[in-house]
Amino acid sequence: MPTTVSHSAKRHTPRRNYPPKPERVYLFGTCLADALFPESGLDAIELLERQGVEVLFPQGQTCCGQPAYNSGYQEEAKAVARAQIAQFPLDIPIVVISGSCGGMMRHHYLDLFKDEPDLAVEAFCERIFEFTEFLSCVLKIELRDQGVPERVALHTSCAARREMDVHISGKALLDQLDQVELVEHAYASECCGFGGTFAVKHGDISGAMVQDKVKHLLATDAVRYVSADWGCMMNINGALEYRGAAFRGEHIASYLLRRTGGGEDQA
Amino acid sequence: MTADTIATDGSKYAASARQFRANVARDLADPALRENFRGAMDYLMEKRKQAFPSEEELESLRRKCQLIKQRCLLKLPELLEQLESKLVQNGIQVHWAETTAEANTIIAELIQRQNGTKVVKGKSMVSEETALNDHLQARGIECLETDMGEYIVQLAGEHPSHIIMPAIHQNKSQVAKLFAEHLPDFSLASETATDVDTLIQTGRQVLRDKFCQADVGITGVNFAVAETGTLCLVENEGNGRMTSTVPEMHIAITGIEKVVEFLDDVPPLLSLLTRSATGQIISTYFNMISHPRQPGEKDGPREVHLVLLDNGRSQAFADEELRQTLQCIRCGACMNHCPVYTRIGGHAYGTVYPGPIGKIVSPHMLGLEATKDLPTASSLCGACGEVCPVKIPIPKILLRLRQESVKPPGEPIVVKGQGCNRKPLEAGIWQLWRWLNTSPTLYRAVMWLASRGRWLTPKKAGAWTSVRTLPKPARRSLHELVKQREKHRGNR
Repeated sequence: MPTTVSHSAKRHTPRRNYPPKPERVYLFGTCLADALFPESGLDAIELLERQGVEVLFPQGQTCCGQPAYNSGYQEEAKAVARAQIAQFPLDIPIVVISGSCGGMMRHHYLDLFKDEPDLAVEAFCERIFEFTEFLSCVLKIELRDQGVPERVALHTSCAARREMDVHISGKALLDQLDQVELVEHAYASECCGFGGTFAVKHGDISGAMVQDKVKHLLATDAVRYVSADWGCMMNINGALEYRGAAFRGEHIASYLLRRTGGGEDQA
Repeated sequence: MTADTIATDGSKYAASARQFRANVARDLADPALRENFRGAMDYLMEKRKQAFPSEEELESLRRKCQLIKQRCLLKLPELLEQLESKLVQNGIQVHWAETTAEANTIIAELIQRQNGTKVVKGKSMVSEETALNDHLQARGIECLETDMGEYIVQLAGEHPSHIIMPAIHQNKSQVAKLFAEHLPDFSLASETATDVDTLIQTGRQVLRDKFCQADVGITGVNFAVAETGTLCLVENEGNGRMTSTVPEMHIAITGIEKVVEFLDDVPPLLSLLTRSATGQIISTYFNMISHPRQPGEKDGPREVHLVLLDNGRSQAFADEELRQTLQCIRCGACMNHCPVYTRIGGHAYGTVYPGPIGKIVSPHMLGLEATKDLPTASSLCGACGEVCPVKIPIPKILLRLRQESVKPPGEPIVVKGQGCNRKPLEAGIWQLWRWLNTSPTLYRAVMWLASRGRWLTPKKAGAWTSVRTLPKPARRSLHELVKQREKHRGNR
């Protein structure tokens, strides 16, 4: 782990006491990866299993509830959140492969159920780990890079960075890859413009933001960017494809698996 | 124009806030404007960063100031009474205005009582809120802005695009052109016409005479100290000091949330304000106004007045969560760091206060109906909340206002105009979404259908596909793939 931690990290994540390496974990696949990018979920499972952790994937899981929550429909968000809580009954970690869904389940569920102390939502939220955080801080994974030398950029979603510290854990994981050099793009910490329904309701502002993000990523000499959030990646990759650029983003689970001798080689 | 044709209350801002979407389209299409904002915001972000070398110190100062503002807001009614009585003791007259129209009437009457026809103004966003200049000019009172940025904006017939840097949307060539159009002695032919120093000196020359001729000076207030009855004014150009000391009458106008309890509350707030706003350790001028000219004194105004404006602030005050909006010390850091503000600039909002703070304060001033597009115009990236010196949870309050704007009818009124964004179709979609995501079998069936019907994915999908492609559903959902994988393993 880096020795300097930015103040934003300190502020949003009260120092967490990480549990010892568990035998089993749940995976929360997120609705977006479920429908559009399922391979990253499979790659995450594979990486976890290679560390000797059994992965349970409850077939009853759906969405974390964030879209309704961010749109002001609290009751609808609450119903869906409650349904998720019921799907993960065992007292084992729940690994989430998206920073913003992770932030929703770890932080915003507390707000959503603040009037329902009987639900023991705190205990549920305590079990939520963002994927890179779990690999880095709980499993203390050691990665052996087997890929060719290359430069990559890292895009951390705003929720992933401000709520789940992915800028620290994601970077820590990539730093373990001997042959990979992390390059920072301009305005790296600026939002890509996704924001869920924002991209639809204010498409022109969102579009201006993602065009700038793409411009800054393309200005680097990286061969690809990696991210732990499919929301941003759907946005950024969509804008890259629209532009006709070959440059793409890859989910960090798939990237790490591929670099360490698993998964399909995309290089 | 006659007095009747000018909307001299907040309604002109309500009208322009309603035009948010059209304003955004207009300003996004202006590359020079976007460049001006990007450059200026980059500069201000860097300045702020340099002003806070220690993150620990920044964090403890933020916490301290958050607590100061929260304590003062908890006691707001008592502190306002204390402030009034102390000010009156000090010889400063206090006027209460519930609406912007009331504030304007009070100020116009004070000026007319003085037979005043010439007013100089220091920078005051609250006077922008009341559209005071329009009101006074319609009554034949000349009203001149003396802050350089405000002066430029006034010459151009515009409104401030930033609460600290009113003319930040203009670059120096644009300002030079403006001066050439309006000031007879200024020529673009001069080699130094577009030098910042030349421009500032030109403006100052014009303003210098006006200070001496003015009957009344109007300023804002940054902190009003209840303990001592002191009005504190933060500024960099000395125009605030001129405005509040040269004319015979000084009228200060501010919002009721600017009151602080103790004189000791001021130094940390001031330090955080100037560093967050412009990266300055302290502003060039800091004025503490305690009373009018005393017997035996040779200068200073003979009368000092304070107008305390509500304009919707009580509504925010009444709700514990929304009350945090009133912690704001108007530093502008939230807009400097906002990716939306950087793209669209300050005028697109249509409100007096633009940027993230504008999105959460304007609904109380103009009603949620007129400002309904503002709370949704955020990706909730959280940059504003991260830099706010008094730790206002701006993203959280944006979410709250989204909730208020889609509230079903029949609930007690918390924010005027609540429920304005509730559309039956959208509410229905969320009902359907809820049903889908709380019924796993149905959810999996829909995922199955989506993956099999992936070839039906449209090429165009509204604003999304104006700059992006639309992804197709995967051939198999993660649910299916995991099931297959488990089955495969079981067979091994």
